[in-house]
Amino acid sequence: MIIRTSNVNLYYHTFQALKHIDLAIKENLITGIIGPSGCGKSTLLRVFNRMNDLIDGVRITGSVVIDDEDIYSPFCDLTMLRKKVGMVFQRPNAFPLSIFDNVAYGPRVWGITDKKTLTEIVERSLAGVDLFGGLKDKLHHSALSLSSEQQQRLCIARLLAVEPEILLMDEPCSALDPIATGKIEELMFDLKKTYTIVIVTHNMQQAARIADDVGFMLLGELIEFDKARKIFTNPADERTFGYISGRFG
Amino acid sequence: MKDKIAENILLLIAFSAILSLLLITFFIFQQGIPLIFKTGLHNFFSISWSPTKGGFGILSMIIGSLMVTAGALVVGIPFGLACAVFLAEFSSPTIQKTLKPIIELLAGIPSVVYGFIGIVILVPFIRETFGGPGFSVLAASIILGIMILPTIVSISYDSLLAVPNTYREGSYALGATKWQTVRMLLLHAARSGIVAGIILGMGRAIGETMAVIMIAGNALKIPGSLLDSVRTLTSTIALELGYAAGDHRAALFACGSILFIIIIILNIVAIRVTGRK
Ligand SMILES: Nc1ncnc2c1ncn2[C@@H]1O[C@H](COP(=O)(O)OP(=O)(O)O)[C@@H](O)[C@H]1O
Ligand SMILES: [Mg+2]
Repeated sequence: MIIRTSNVNLYYHTFQALKHIDLAIKENLITGIIGPSGCGKSTLLRVFNRMNDLIDGVRITGSVVIDDEDIYSPFCDLTMLRKKVGMVFQRPNAFPLSIFDNVAYGPRVWGITDKKTLTEIVERSLAGVDLFGGLKDKLHHSALSLSSEQQQRLCIARLLAVEPEILLMDEPCSALDPIATGKIEELMFDLKKTYTIVIVTHNMQQAARIADDVGFMLLGELIEFDKARKIFTNPADERTFGYISGRFG
Repeated sequence: MKDKIAENILLLIAFSAILSLLLITFFIFQQGIPLIFKTGLHNFFSISWSPTKGGFGILSMIIGSLMVTAGALVVGIPFGLACAVFLAEFSSPTIQKTLKPIIELLAGIPSVVYGFIGIVILVPFIRETFGGPGFSVLAASIILGIMILPTIVSISYDSLLAVPNTYREGSYALGATKWQTVRMLLLHAARSGIVAGIILGMGRAIGETMAVIMIAGNALKIPGSLLDSVRTLTSTIALELGYAAGDHRAALFACGSILFIIIIILNIVAIRVTGRK
């Protein structure tokens, strides 16, 4: 178990967005979180790297343990946590810098200044997302000149450059067309060998294609969490069944 | 019918505003440019300014203007940026809502008041601390630096606020601290706005007249140090126009033309920098 939560409750001021979340995420698997929009998927994902801390009026109770460390303890080093638990956002947020500087951003944050080391990291990270071949002569072009799919890959490369263990992905394909989506999904299969991936999606087919474990959320509750095959063929809860058979969503 | 009349009146007003601008431009150039050719470019851009004896070299004033402007930037950029970053990234909405209008209010203080403060406080301070006359490049730079703060702060602040939050999130998600995010990302992302603010501030500094006359000393030579007195293009025009006649008067218009050209260039650069993204 690389991530384990017990009885996590999260409030935006008085509104309770997560209710009694208990789950266990296993290493080197792809875990999908599905559910209708507004049910708290993004909020749950942002619990794992404490991005909710940036929002005013957020209060959280319960415990979240990653790699045997309680990440909400006062001793947790927030920047170290975010290095270990990286995040890819819904819309590609490549920085308005060059492709090179985007990927080198994380390593620089972590104090690497040596040009040769940076170049190696950038090349390795871009190769890890299949961008290096196409872009190796364009590393000093602006990242914003890339297509959406390339930008999303670049964001993943930027993450790989800081050598995380866990990749959180919040609907990473929602801004992409089906072909680009397929390619990013292939990439996720590749990455699974090295990283633990938690992906939020409201696209059930996507979850069915790529996830090993799946959690179904509704109105802030984790209704069911199990092997993907079990969830999609024989769910235990009738609300899960209702969702996957398209009764609401 | 009433609408039509109102529309025409507004059109007329807008048109006459543009027309008067064109007329002023035309007038300045028409009065000044012929003298430049009469004197010869070589003499015009020399250091001998003795207008009553036919010496119309404005080099020392151009250098003076550029020196105080550069000085103003050296003072104004770091303070202005620091203010903008503090306001936009490190302070609560309440503080932002209170401080920003106050800083913008600084722009509304008449320049003679800045000059007065300079004479009463800054000039004696410089004289006693560093020596020299006190009326100096240094004094003018500091006062001008303060005068351009509102421009730099408010434009940089606005462009920092315009940086999408997704960039900040992306940076924090990589483990960056707030300060690293500002330094490595936000200042780059807001760069075009910041540069535009600096250029507009520069235009303000180079065109400022009253405060500079009061504290720069106005000696007619190229300053050898920051503590020397200095004369700018604007001060020369303001100080001499009252008694100038003939070619001397034309030479002052020529100074005006040069200023005009510098400021137009600065504005074009500012527009291009902001327009590009
Ligand atoms: N910053 C916020 N402040 C207040 N309420 C929020 C905030 N972010 C999300 N919420 C609320 O929390 C609930 C869950 O949101 P979210 O996690 O974004 O859902 P999902 O990702 O599943 O669509 C929604 O009802 C949403 O309105
Ligand atoms: Mg969401």
